[in-house]
Amino acid sequence: MGTLAFDLAHLLAGGMLVLSFLLLYQDRITAVINVFAWQAIALSLSVAWQSIVQEAPHLVATAVIALVVKGFLIPFALHRIVRRLDIHREVEQVIGGGPTMLTGLALVALAILLVQPVREAGGTLTREDLAFALAIILLGLLMMITRRNAVTQIIGFMSIENGLILAASGAKGMPLVVEVSVAFSVLIALIVFGVFVFRIRERFDTVDVSALDRFRGERRER
Amino acid sequence: MAMIFGFLYELALQGVQMFIVVLIAPLVMGVTRKVRAHLLRRIGPPLLQPYFDIWKLMHKEAVLAHNASWIYRVAPYFVFAVTWVAAALIPTYASGLLFSWSADLIAIVALLGTARFSLALAGMDVGTAFGGLGSSREMMIASLAEPAMLLIVFTVALVAGTTQLSSIAALFSTAAVGLRVSLALALFAMMFVGIAENARIPIDNPATHLELTMVHEAMVLEYSGRHLAMIEAAAQVKLVLYFSLIICLFVPFGMATGERSLAAFAFAMAVYLAKLFVLAALLPVGETALAKMRVFRYPVFLGGAFAAGALAVFLLFVSRGF
Amino acid sequence: MPLVVALLCIAAFFAVAVLAAALGQRRDPTTTVYAASLAISTVLLLTALAHLIAGGPTLSVRMPFGLPVLGAHFRLDALSAFFLIVIDLGGAVASLYALGYGRHEDAPMRVLPYYPAFLAAMNLVVLADDAFAFLLSWEFMSLSSWAIVISHHREPANVRAAYIYLLMACFGTLSLLLAFGLLAGANGSFAFASIRGAEHTAWASGLAIILVLIGAGSKAGLVPLHVWLPLAHPAAPSHASALLSGVMTKVGVYAFIRIVFDLIGSPSPWFGLVVLAIGGITAFLGVLYALMQHDLKRLLAYHTVENIGIIFIGLGLALAFRANGIYFAAALAFTGALFHVFNHSVFKSLLFFGAGAVLTATHERDMERLGGLIHRMPKTAIAFLIGCMAISALPPLNGFVSEWLTFQAILASPQLPQWGLKLTIPAVGALLALSAALAAACFVKAFGTTFLGRPRTPAAANAVEVDRFSLAAMFILAGLCVFAGILPGIVIDGLAPAVAQLVGGVMPKQSAMAWLTIVPVEQSRSSYNGLIIFVFMVSSGTLTALAIHRFATRATRRSDIWDCGFPLDAPQTQYTPSSFAQPIRRVFGTVVFRVHEVLDMPQPGDTRAGHFGVRVIDPVWRFGYGPLARGIGWLAKHFDRLQFLTIRSYLTLVFCALILLLVVVAAWR
Repeated sequence: MGTLAFDLAHLLAGGMLVLSFLLLYQDRITAVINVFAWQAIALSLSVAWQSIVQEAPHLVATAVIALVVKGFLIPFALHRIVRRLDIHREVEQVIGGGPTMLTGLALVALAILLVQPVREAGGTLTREDLAFALAIILLGLLMMITRRNAVTQIIGFMSIENGLILAASGAKGMPLVVEVSVAFSVLIALIVFGVFVFRIRERFDTVDVSALDRFRGERRER
Repeated sequence: MAMIFGFLYELALQGVQMFIVVLIAPLVMGVTRKVRAHLLRRIGPPLLQPYFDIWKLMHKEAVLAHNASWIYRVAPYFVFAVTWVAAALIPTYASGLLFSWSADLIAIVALLGTARFSLALAGMDVGTAFGGLGSSREMMIASLAEPAMLLIVFTVALVAGTTQLSSIAALFSTAAVGLRVSLALALFAMMFVGIAENARIPIDNPATHLELTMVHEAMVLEYSGRHLAMIEAAAQVKLVLYFSLIICLFVPFGMATGERSLAAFAFAMAVYLAKLFVLAALLPVGETALAKMRVFRYPVFLGGAFAAGALAVFLLFVSRGF
Repeated sequence: MPLVVALLCIAAFFAVAVLAAALGQRRDPTTTVYAASLAISTVLLLTALAHLIAGGPTLSVRMPFGLPVLGAHFRLDALSAFFLIVIDLGGAVASLYALGYGRHEDAPMRVLPYYPAFLAAMNLVVLADDAFAFLLSWEFMSLSSWAIVISHHREPANVRAAYIYLLMACFGTLSLLLAFGLLAGANGSFAFASIRGAEHTAWASGLAIILVLIGAGSKAGLVPLHVWLPLAHPAAPSHASALLSGVMTKVGVYAFIRIVFDLIGSPSPWFGLVVLAIGGITAFLGVLYALMQHDLKRLLAYHTVENIGIIFIGLGLALAFRANGIYFAAALAFTGALFHVFNHSVFKSLLFFGAGAVLTATHERDMERLGGLIHRMPKTAIAFLIGCMAISALPPLNGFVSEWLTFQAILASPQLPQWGLKLTIPAVGALLALSAALAAACFVKAFGTTFLGRPRTPAAANAVEVDRFSLAAMFILAGLCVFAGILPGIVIDGLAPAVAQLVGGVMPKQSAMAWLTIVPVEQSRSSYNGLIIFVFMVSSGTLTALAIHRFATRATRRSDIWDCGFPLDAPQTQYTPSSFAQPIRRVFGTVVFRVHEVLDMPQPGDTRAGHFGVRVIDPVWRFGYGPLARGIGWLAKHFDRLQFLTIRSYLTLVFCALILLLVVVAAWR
C-alpha cells in the first residue's frame, strides 16, 4: 500500500472524526445539520477512495448512496423539519459543552485502545478505520444521550450509522445487499423519526424529549 | 580570520532577525487595521499610522498615579524586552541562526508567560477595579490557552521529532511530511490560541476602551506616554511573533535552510515578509466575520482549540503506531 | 567520614534540643537554638554537598543501638546526599530567618526544643538504611513536627489541624510499616540491603507500591491524602511552615523514591501510569484549591500540593520509562523530578518566609486585608516577587527549568510501547500545562493583592520592613532561584550520580555543552539556555530603555488615579483575591468544586446589609473523608456495646478469637 493511499484514507477518516466532534461542538441546529451533511460527504469520499484502493467497484455504489441520501436528502429533510417546526436555535444539552468534549476525547482514546491490539482485523488501514469508526459510533451515542432535542438525537443516530459504514468499507468486502438494506433501514428510521418528531410536537408543543419523561411521570420537575 | 568573519556574519544574520521583527511590527499592525477598515467600508488610517502613534506617545508626558510603584514603571520595558527576545528566537527567514538553539518552542511559549505575568502585575499595581479585572481575565484566558498550546507542541514534536523550531522549520519545508490531518488540526488550534493570546476578536476587542468586556485594554488602562508606547509596541511584536510561529511551523516553505549566501537570505526574507502580510490581511477577514464573545464563552472557544489539539495527537498516534 | 560527620551533626541537633528544653526554664534560648541549628545545618549541608560533588562512594555504618542483634544501619549514597542538601539548605536558611523572626514568638518554648529535633529527625530519615531505623526516625519526624504545628495552641483551628495531621501521620506510618512487612528480605530481615537483594513477587511489590503511595504520599501531600497539609502548614510559625512545606514533603518524596525505585527494583510500567495519573490530578487540584484561598499561608500550602503533583508526574514518567528500558528518558524525567524537589524547597521556603515577613509586619494573613506593601516593605517585595516568578515556572528562573525537563520527558513518551500510557501522558501533559498557567494566575493574585495596589487596612498601611536576618534568608533563596535558573546545567550535573544510581541512565553531561546550554537528549531535539535568555533579556531591556531615554521625553507627572475618569477613593473598590479568582473559579470550579455564588439581597426598605458569598464544596471531604468519618463513627457507636458486657461474654470473645486464630494457623499449614 502506497503512502499516498494511506495518507488520503487517514485524512478522510480523520476528517470524519473531526466532524463528529464538530457535531458535538455546535450549538445551533441548522449548523449541526450542515456538519452532518459534511460528514456524509466525507464518508462518501472515504468510501470512494476505498473502492479505488481496494479495487472494489461495488463500493462506489455505497459512496453514491451515502452522498445522495445522507449528504443531501436527509439534511434537506431535516432542514425542512426544523423550518416547519420553527426550532432554529435550540440545542439543549444535558451536560455542558466542556465536559462533553472531554468525555468525547476520552472515548476516542478508548476506541484506539480497544482496536489497537486486534491484529487479526487486517492491515494497518483497516484497523485505523476501525478505530475511527468505533470512535464515531461512540461519539454518536454520546451525542444522543447528551442532547434533549429530538432532531439532534436523530443526527446522533445517523452519525452512528456513518461510523458503521466507515468500518464496513474498511473491512474489505461487505456485500452490496447489506449496504442497500442498511441504507433503506436508515431511510425508514428517518421517516419514523420524522413522524415521531411531528407527533411529539403536536402533543407537547416542543421537541424536547424530556417532555416525554414528564408524560410518563418519571420526572416531576427539571 | 575567516572564522571571526564567519562568526560576525552569523551574528549579523541573527541581528537582522532580531531587528526585523521589531521594525516590521507596527507596519503589520497597520496592514491589519487598514484591511479591517476597508472591510468595514471605511478608509482607515494610513499604513504607517502605528509608527506615528508610537512616536507621538513617546513624546508625551507619562502620567503616573501617586501610588504607582517601580513595578508599574519597569513592567512596560520588561514586557517589551521579553516579547522581543521571544520573537527574535523564532526562525523567520532562516533556520539555524546563531542563537536559535537557546530556546525551543516550549521555552518561547513560557517567555510569553513571563511577559504576561509582569503585565498582569502592572495592571494590579495602581489598585483600580479595571486593572484587576483585566489582569484576572488575562490570566484566565492564558490558563485556558496553555493546555491547547501544549498539545500543539506535542503534535508538532511528534511529527518532527524535535521541539527545536529551527529543526522543525527545516524539516517541514521539505515535502517529506506528507498529508497530515493532524497538522491541519494543530494549525486550527494554533489560530484559536493566537487569537486569544493577542486579544483579538472574538476574545477581546483591541479597539474598545470603555467596555466591561475588554481584557487587555482594561489591564493597561492607566498607562500613558512612553510607557504606553512600549506596551503597544510589545503587543505589535507579539502579533508578529504569533504570525512567525504559524509561518515557521505550518508554512515554512521558502525559508533559507541550507545555503548561506546573501541572495538566498534576501529571497527568503522577501518570502517571509509576503507571508507575514498575507496573514496580517487574513486576520481582519476572520475578525469582521465574528462577533465579540461573552467572557464565559471563552472556555468553549479555547476548549475547541484543546479538542483539536488532542484529536491531532490521537490521529497522529493512530497513523504512526498502527 | 562524611557519614560520621552527618551522624555527629544529628546527635548535635538532639543535644541542642535537650539543652533548649533544659535551659528554657531559666532564660529565653531563642538566639542560641537558632544559631546552633544554623551552624549544624551548614556543616551538614557542606558535608553532603562535598560528598555529592566529589562523587564520594556509598558509605554505610551499623550502630550498636536500636533493635537488639539487628542494630541500626545508616547509609550515605548519592540520593541521600541530595536529600541531605535539600533538608539542610532549608534548615540553614530557616534557622537564619528564625534568628530574626523567632523573636516575635509569644511562647518560644513551645517551638524551640522541637525545632532542632525536627531537623535531626528529617536528616535521620534519609540516612536510615533499615526499616526499623527508617520508621523510627519517620515517626519521630512526624511527632516533632506535630509539636511545632500545635505551638499556637490557643486557636481552635490549629488544634483541629494538628489533630488531623496526627491522624494522617499515624495512618501513613502504618501504611509504610505494612509495606516494609511485605518487602521484608530473606528470613525477615529488614535491612535495606537485604530487602534490595530479595526477590519480590509481583503482587507483593504491587501492593507495597500502593501502600508506599499512601504512606509517603500522605506525608508529601498527594490528593486525596493532602487534607492535613493546608491546615497544618499554615498553623506553624512561618520558619517552621517553610520547613514543613518546603522540606518535610520532600522527605515524603524521598521515601517514595527510596522504596519504589531503589528497594522494590523494577515494577511493571503500569504503576508508572498510576503514579502519573495521581500526580496530574494532584497538580491540577492543588493549584485550583490554592486559587480559592485568600489566606496567604494557606494558599502557599495548597501550592505545595500542586508542586508535589508535578514531582510525582516526573517520578511516574521515570518509572514507566525505566520499566521499558528507555533509560535516557527515564533519566530525563527523574532529573526533572529531583530538580523540582530542589527548586520547590527553595522557592517555597522563600515564599513562606515572605508570608512570615508580611505576618510580622501587619499581623495579617488574609490577603483581603492587605495591599500596597511594596511601598512599605520594598526588599521583602523583591524577594517575594522572585519567588512568585520562580514558582510560576517563568523563564529565566529555576521553576521553569524543572518543568521544562518534565515536558521534555513527556515529549519522549510516544516511544513507550503501552498504548494506555501513550494516550494518557499527553493528557497529563495538558494537566501540567494547565497547572503551570493556573499557578501563574495564582501568584499574580498573591503578589498583586498583597504587595500591589492600595492598602486595604491600617495594618497594611503602617507595615514596616522586617529585620536583616529575615531579609538575608530571603535573599539567599532568591539568589538561588536565579542561579539555578540561569545555570541549570550545574544542578543537573550535580544530580547525575543520584539519577544514575536509581534509573540506570544519565542525561548528557551538561557542563560539556557549548555556551552552558542544557540539552536533555541531543541538541537537534531540544535545548534551552537560561544564561543566554537572561543575557538577551537584560541586553534588550537595556537597549530599549536607552533608546527610549534617548528619543523619548522623560517628562513624568504624578497624578491621581485615572480609572477611566471615574476614580473611587475607597481601597475597597480594588480587585480582591476572591474577585481576581472569580473567572477561573467559575470556569473550573463549577465542575470540580460545584462552586455556587450565594447572593443575599435584602428587600427594599429592609435595612440589613446585603451579602454576597461563595460556597465551595470540597469533593475530597464531601465524598472521601466525610463518609469515612461517618462510617467510623457508626462502627465506633456499635462497638461501644462491647464495653458493657459481662465477664462471661468477654471470656467468650477471647475464647472465640483464640480458636479462630488457631484454626487459621491450622489451615495455613
